[in-house]
Amino acid sequence: MASSTVLIPPRHYLNDGYGIASWLLTRDHKRIALLYLATVTLFFFVGGAMAVMIRLDLATPAGDLVTDETYNKLFTMHGVLMVFFFLIPAIPAVLGNFLVPIMIGAKDLAFPKLNLFSWYIYVAGGLFTLYALVTGGVDTGWTFYTPFSTVSSTTNVIPTALGIFITGFSSILTGLNFIVTIHRMRAPGLTWFRMPLFLWSTYATSLINVLGTPVIAITLLLVAAERVFHFGFFDPRLGGDPVLFQHLFWFYSHPAVYIMVLPAMGVVSELVAAGCRKPVFGYPFVAFASLAIAVLGFLVWGHHMFVAGESVYSALIFSMLSFLVAIPSAVKVFNWTATMYKGAVSWETPMLYAYGFIGLFTIGGLTGLFLAAVGLDVHVTDTYFIVAHFHYIMVGGTIMGYLGGLHYWWPKISGRLYNEGLAKLSAGIIFIGFNLTFFPQFVLGYMGMPRRYHAYPPDFQVLNVLSSAGASILGVGYLIPMVYLMWSLRYGRLAGSNPWGAVGLEWTTTSPPPTENFTETPVVTWEAYDYHAPAEGHVA
Amino acid sequence: MSPEAAHHPPVQGLAHQFDSLEQQTEATTLGMWVFLVTEVLFFGGLFMVYTVYRTWYPDAFAAASHTLDITLGTINTAVLITSSLTMALAVHSAQLGQRKLIMIFLLATMALGGVFLGIKGVEYYSKFVEHHVPGPSFHFEEPQFAAHAQIFFSLYFLMTGLHALHMIIGFGIMLFMLGWTWKGGITADYYGPIEIAGLYWHFVDIVWIFLFPLLYLLGGRY
Repeated sequence: MASSTVLIPPRHYLNDGYGIASWLLTRDHKRIALLYLATVTLFFFVGGAMAVMIRLDLATPAGDLVTDETYNKLFTMHGVLMVFFFLIPAIPAVLGNFLVPIMIGAKDLAFPKLNLFSWYIYVAGGLFTLYALVTGGVDTGWTFYTPFSTVSSTTNVIPTALGIFITGFSSILTGLNFIVTIHRMRAPGLTWFRMPLFLWSTYATSLINVLGTPVIAITLLLVAAERVFHFGFFDPRLGGDPVLFQHLFWFYSHPAVYIMVLPAMGVVSELVAAGCRKPVFGYPFVAFASLAIAVLGFLVWGHHMFVAGESVYSALIFSMLSFLVAIPSAVKVFNWTATMYKGAVSWETPMLYAYGFIGLFTIGGLTGLFLAAVGLDVHVTDTYFIVAHFHYIMVGGTIMGYLGGLHYWWPKISGRLYNEGLAKLSAGIIFIGFNLTFFPQFVLGYMGMPRRYHAYPPDFQVLNVLSSAGASILGVGYLIPMVYLMWSLRYGRLAGSNPWGAVGLEWTTTSPPPTENFTETPVVTWEAYDYHAPAEGHVA
Repeated sequence: MSPEAAHHPPVQGLAHQFDSLEQQTEATTLGMWVFLVTEVLFFGGLFMVYTVYRTWYPDAFAAASHTLDITLGTINTAVLITSSLTMALAVHSAQLGQRKLIMIFLLATMALGGVFLGIKGVEYYSKFVEHHVPGPSFHFEEPQFAAHAQIFFSLYFLMTGLHALHMIIGFGIMLFMLGWTWKGGITADYYGPIEIAGLYWHFVDIVWIFLFPLLYLLGGRY
């Protein structure tokens, strides 16, 4: 750990210019990462407030807190804000932006101006969506299913769809920037198979961003245009096909799940290696598993339409392809576990989140197999089973990975250490609160409680009250890190360049790093995760 | 300014994050290719919608397609292909560092693009006069095809409109390149920007190469 003699470097990216303009016009990837950190946190708490309202309403079976219309708007805006404005950008735009150039020994991303522009696009899209929210909201669900969204709904579909359309370009351009940077900007000696696994998963995520996001963009453009001009693409009365919308929507929105979880997997690979003082077991398999998930992710969208009149043939094929995704996912889980085997396993905060991720992702992934099985899926379609499943992946997976990464790299980002005791406490609260919130929903769904209803039969109340109680614990768990991380910015102990004793280029530069990241371009002569293997001659 | 900047003598056009012009050119070229892949998927969504409805309603699509002006469409195809030629010549001149020729060919490309958009405007106007614009006032001569012909025209306007929007963005890019060349920023050592502008323009051209037969040449008319 850092000793009291650690000094803050005299010159670093945070003191390289002060004032609003030095932030809003910056081209430094590290500052842009912090701009994203501020904005995604804002959207996380707005979306979280909606979740609080939803769980409060569901505490009683009568649904007497909000009207059914308000309830529809709450779960729609919760989904839209969390998916498009928090989960998708969170890890790539915050941690990825900060780390990709540093991890490859570059001075910045390939296109720094484009990077700043991406943030502005994201903010513009967010403002559109917030405008839709404050002027009455939208009630279609985050999935915008037609023809309800194009014909029937009287709410603000167009500004919301345009907000997502605009924000999509932020994902595309960030993905483009990462792909080019990883291909062309690596430091001398840093071959593909010497890269940290976080970069592999960021690369795989970027591929999905570049290939999938334009499809949701054009699809939402069609929805908005159809509302205005009555084209009839998705309206059966005019010869259109509502299911075509579902195909186009899920062609992106299923891979989008992997946009959310792949970066978290990359983070966990880093945390596990550093937390166990060992190279990640089976490095090339973990690396290729990321690419395999990215590719397979594009071939499974049909499992969202098992009940939408899909032919039995298609359903069988999509079912089988969906099962295949389990293979690379399991490869990762097994390899992290194998990494821990006989490792110097740590119990510091980042590692707690990594344990949380592995456990919760495993539950989320295995219940995903239930849903890939056509027969069982028909039984639980549109029930709370689905809600529980994807929250295990998105909250239990992505947010655990995000928070773990944020804690692990916080000393690098801020130059200071947070309060370890509070951090461990909140990691525990989040884990307990999360399971109490979402595990009962598996049971509720299996018993037949449908999603998206604001009232339910009294038989379901006990489990719903448990879930709501869990949500309030979870909410507290998310607020505590806000407090001690902000506190640490001013009062935290100085971290020094490598508080974890970890390997990787980011730990060889100062904390916080200088604007150009390294005073001299590093030359990489070692493999990834070069934690000293047992001394030569020593039999393990 | 970082003290390290002093180590490297300034190279014209080299951005701070790159080590060499070669790396910068490779990166920007790859960036444009990745962007074009995104564009393919963006148009791909519309081509998917087109494929579905053309398969479902082949007769209505053929009837609607027959109302398009094939002569103007053919002329426009020729105009756009020629503009790709002048763009390629602009890139060639850039590689040789011939500043004047670059500007002449860029202007020629823009002029041909302008002709294309002008003709497109004439076609749009006649569709407007014939009430072939989707919406409340839509009218189609063969009533049995009216509903599905509206889907065809919706696709026609969306696809050609999006294509035209890309051309207008291309004009912006070329104006920028003209300014860059005028100021002497483009040399035989550093012509990457013209090259990637060319990539973009050729992509826009290729989209039209697909749109023309899909929209104009349906139904065994020829």
